Amino acid sequence: MNQLGFPILTTVTFLPLAGAVLLLFMPKGRDELLKRVTLIISLVEFMVSLPLFIYFDEGKAGMQFVEKVPWIKEWGVAYYMGIDGISLFLILLTTFLTVLCVLSSWTAVEKRIKEYMICFLFLETGMIGALVALDLILFYVFWEVMLIPMYLIIGAWGGPRRIYAAIKFFIYTMAGSVLMLVAIIALYFLHGKATGEYTFDLLRLYQLALPIKTQYIMFAAFALAFAIKVPMFPFHTWLPDAHVEAPTAGSVILAGVLLKLGAYGFIRFAIPLFPAAAFKAVPVISILALIGIIYGALVCMMQDDLKKLVAFSSVSHLGFVMLGMFAFNVQGVQGSIYQMLNHGVSTGALFLIVGMLYERRHTRLIADFGGLSRVMPVFATFFMIVTLSSIALPGTNGFVGEFLILLGAFKANPVYGVFGATGVILAAAYMLWMFQRVMFGDIKHEENRELKDLNLREIVTLVPIVVMIIWMGVFPKFFLKKIDLSVQHFLYDIKARHEVVAMPPEEEGTSSLVKQVEGSGLKLLITKE
Amino acid sequence: MIEYVWLIPLFPAMGFLFNGLIGRWCNLDKKTVSWVACSALGLSFLFSILVFFSLLRLPPDARAAVPDKVLFDWIVSGDLKTVIGYKVDPLSIVMALVVSGVSFFIHIYSVGYMHDDTGFTRYFAYLNLFVFMMLTLVLANNFLFMFVGWEGVGLCSYLLIGFWFERDAPANAGKKAFVVNRVGDFGFMLGMFLIFTHLGTLEFNQVFAKAHILDPLTVTMITLLLFVGATGKSAQIPLYVWLPDAMEGPTPVSSLIHAATMVTSGVYMIARCHVLYSMAPISMVVVAIFGAATAIYAASMGLLQFDIKRVLAYSTISQLGYMFLAVGVGAFSAGIFHLMTHAFFKGLLFLGAGSVMHALSGELDMRKMGGLWRKTPITFLTFLMATLAIAGIPGFSGFFSKDEILWQSFSSPHGHLLLWLVGAAAAGMTAFYMFRLTFVTFLGKCRASEKVKKHIHESPPIMTVPLIILAVLSVIGGYVGIPHVLGGRNYFHEFLAPVLGGLPEGVGHASFSLVKLAHAGGGGMDGSGANLELVLMVVSVIIALIGISIAFYLYILKPDVPKKLAKRFKALYTLVFNKYYVDEIYEASFIDSAKKIGTFLWREFDDGVVDRTVNLVAGLMLWCGKILRKIQTGRVQGYALGIVLGAVVVIIFLIK
Repeated sequence: MNQLGFPILTTVTFLPLAGAVLLLFMPKGRDELLKRVTLIISLVEFMVSLPLFIYFDEGKAGMQFVEKVPWIKEWGVAYYMGIDGISLFLILLTTFLTVLCVLSSWTAVEKRIKEYMICFLFLETGMIGALVALDLILFYVFWEVMLIPMYLIIGAWGGPRRIYAAIKFFIYTMAGSVLMLVAIIALYFLHGKATGEYTFDLLRLYQLALPIKTQYIMFAAFALAFAIKVPMFPFHTWLPDAHVEAPTAGSVILAGVLLKLGAYGFIRFAIPLFPAAAFKAVPVISILALIGIIYGALVCMMQDDLKKLVAFSSVSHLGFVMLGMFAFNVQGVQGSIYQMLNHGVSTGALFLIVGMLYERRHTRLIADFGGLSRVMPVFATFFMIVTLSSIALPGTNGFVGEFLILLGAFKANPVYGVFGATGVILAAAYMLWMFQRVMFGDIKHEENRELKDLNLREIVTLVPIVVMIIWMGVFPKFFLKKIDLSVQHFLYDIKARHEVVAMPPEEEGTSSLVKQVEGSGLKLLITKE
Repeated sequence: MIEYVWLIPLFPAMGFLFNGLIGRWCNLDKKTVSWVACSALGLSFLFSILVFFSLLRLPPDARAAVPDKVLFDWIVSGDLKTVIGYKVDPLSIVMALVVSGVSFFIHIYSVGYMHDDTGFTRYFAYLNLFVFMMLTLVLANNFLFMFVGWEGVGLCSYLLIGFWFERDAPANAGKKAFVVNRVGDFGFMLGMFLIFTHLGTLEFNQVFAKAHILDPLTVTMITLLLFVGATGKSAQIPLYVWLPDAMEGPTPVSSLIHAATMVTSGVYMIARCHVLYSMAPISMVVVAIFGAATAIYAASMGLLQFDIKRVLAYSTISQLGYMFLAVGVGAFSAGIFHLMTHAFFKGLLFLGAGSVMHALSGELDMRKMGGLWRKTPITFLTFLMATLAIAGIPGFSGFFSKDEILWQSFSSPHGHLLLWLVGAAAAGMTAFYMFRLTFVTFLGKCRASEKVKKHIHESPPIMTVPLIILAVLSVIGGYVGIPHVLGGRNYFHEFLAPVLGGLPEGVGHASFSLVKLAHAGGGGMDGSGANLELVLMVVSVIIALIGISIAFYLYILKPDVPKKLAKRFKALYTLVFNKYYVDEIYEASFIDSAKKIGTFLWREFDDGVVDRTVNLVAGLMLWCGKILRKIQTGRVQGYALGIVLGAVVVIIFLIK
């Protein structure tokens, strides 16, 4: 079945859900107990996800830990799961951040703790499910399932405009996804017609060579759903609203994982399903990504609300992710995946930090702070390190990702590289200016004079993040080597199939594919079940 | 011994971790903190010396070919493979010696200078971190790892300029330094991208070995982009604006980072890439012109400042301009030579300024000083030594290095008479403003307030001993590179020759410049070149003496003349005194417009257009709902009408 002989992906996916069910049966008022149980569940979940990393075979390009059981046989729907180097770390990021989210919610959430924790665990199942699913219907189910707990988290535990933000988030994302569903079903029928086999199996559908015009339409439908999630300019306006209103942990998960699912959707679905269209879309996506980088940074600079600032910085950072991905070379795509992880760690940490300030002062306006370094030195140190990671200082994780992305983009098209690199300057400007206004200068508000420095729980929340920032910055090879072959395979595969469509049949489609496999001299192990 | 080179940066790194984590967490006492910090630097300096002597034991040709010490792989992705690796060759070890040595003395000085500061531990942690980053920069064996040091020193500069972050000015200055440096780093990164896309590697050895396959346009682009990086880090036109503001940091920091070490990294980087620059004559001209222009432009701004640290800051910019002039005309080792002597005397000048501030309760305005020499004799004497050195008085270190640059700017194949003229004029200005500074600060009558006057005292030995050591170096530091015309032997160039070239086989005894001349003229080292060199040397000394005399006349003999002059040439005076309003222009054109664009994009575009469209779509749905709701009234008659009309339509459709 897989290298562990144990359905580990199912376990990782549904363990949080089982935990949520367990919480259902627990008494409502016992808040401390509820929190502890949730923390234990999330820790166990993290532990259980670690074997994925340990036993992941970096010498294999195909899917690993595969589980495949027919689900709705008549329609060709299967319970089909598997991961490769691209999804591996996103799963670990999810389980890692969930632990920190539970820790950060300890005192921040005061009402309906039980429901809150259930929502979180439910959300975790949704996110991991979407990352491991290799069947389009299964994926779609998880993709939509995620929305519900996030909607509740924003709508029930959010700030004053939470209802507006929650509905905007839900409907905006949903609207994009519906088109994707239509495209999925169309793809199903097209594949059935072409081969006689009706299936939602993603890897089978990859092999379908569609005419270029069909590809355009289908790619557009998928891309729209994912672009809203990323969010790419100009589909980003739900994000600042959602972030500002969401509770801290909600923002962490939203920025840390949910947005990545948009980018992941591109790399797992939209691009390999419709490679010819994806190649044609390079200028459009790259330019939108560049606009996102620069526009996000400029708007970010003028924000007066800390959370909104971090939200716009996400727009800028996710622009980097998309720019690298559509460079379609090893550095760009690896950098893009690395940047997804970095952004999860660093922006997650920024939201945690803003949350810590909010808990103390019940405001997020930059103007209400100033001079905090003096009263909160430990906090200042953590904040500084996270800020530096966010502006991609060499030695931190952010640099590895941005450098690879910009190098990849530059290789693909120097103009993209040059414009992308201006984002590096702007990032320094807006982050350091924000840091200065919050942390430096004299204390302008008397309330800030008595602020308490971080307590032990908060330090425990932030230390793993700082460790990750430096570890990923100094020893990137530890991570990159697991991603490497999958990315090479991905690139090789889409390039080969893109050419099949782009240069229509002199010979039969499959044979020309094989020829290029031989011709490229690249050793690939394409696993067959 | 050479393979232990990685220990040189490791010690300060450990010092940083110890003081930064344990020291701050456990509130260790100042004695422990300073011992850890200083001994980390001491060990680093010691190992630099050991590696230096191991290198010296090798034959000259082998010195540049020592295999790199690679610790582990860093970023590996596809065909990109970068390592954490160190390069030992004469160039990097000279830099390591200068950096660790000067840093060591400044660390000791800082123990005294920062003694009463509440951020003592934080200060030493940052300072150690800085040295670690600086050593990384100079010892790295590839561009990307060098970039770690490159941005790392920028970070430390940011942290240390903004060390007293409670006040707005240091916090602003720190941010300005970082962001301006980032503009330069933008160029550096693009340069790296170009190198990688054309050569497929970022390792120095491979890049320089493969460089010959680059076409002229590419190599010009690469070198110009790298030079953009250098203008940021080394405060050249147009990115010099951060350095004067950087004086908000503690004075030893100004001495270490903003005079002796970090700001010279651009010069080092160009010398390191001399293979590329030699291939790009246009870039060389650009570097030389920017260097010369910066030298005279910054010197002019130094003429009128009253803040002693600002005078020194402009002087640093100007001297860095000299170094770029040197590397721009192809005199790479002359540039490095001046870098070294400048590290001694400018480091010393800043430390002396710190000692003056220490004596005067933090006073920086030279108008409130005067007559200090009696009460602070050691500070005065060491300061005077450094002033003589920077003014280029024969016998002092600055004379040898500066004179060589001037001679090269004239005689080298890339040189030009105009470059020499600009350099010589800047030298005259330098002599003037430095002696103005010395005279006004140390001689004449004391103009301090009575309260301050009472406290004037010489600094403790922990501060004066580093002053004395650096003063000795400022005097003798030049004797490793005596020009041949003066009958000396240029050991410095001989040592660097395996890396930077310029010394063909068998001419080891000749001075660098003469060999060049011999090459250019095709003849031997006959008298004419040497005579010309002597003439120019005398001219430049005379120019320096004129500068000193004017300073003596204006500030000792007739102290009221400067004010009159200022009145007479009011427009010019105001322009120069306000630093040509460059800061204001930058502020208006870049910062304000960025803010305006940001506000516009946010308020008008993001809220007004993008988000409004989204809400409009949603509103449209609501509106449709409202319209359609009217159909569903609940009145049976309405429905019945609908059914009839519908049936009619169906029937018409069927009949047709």
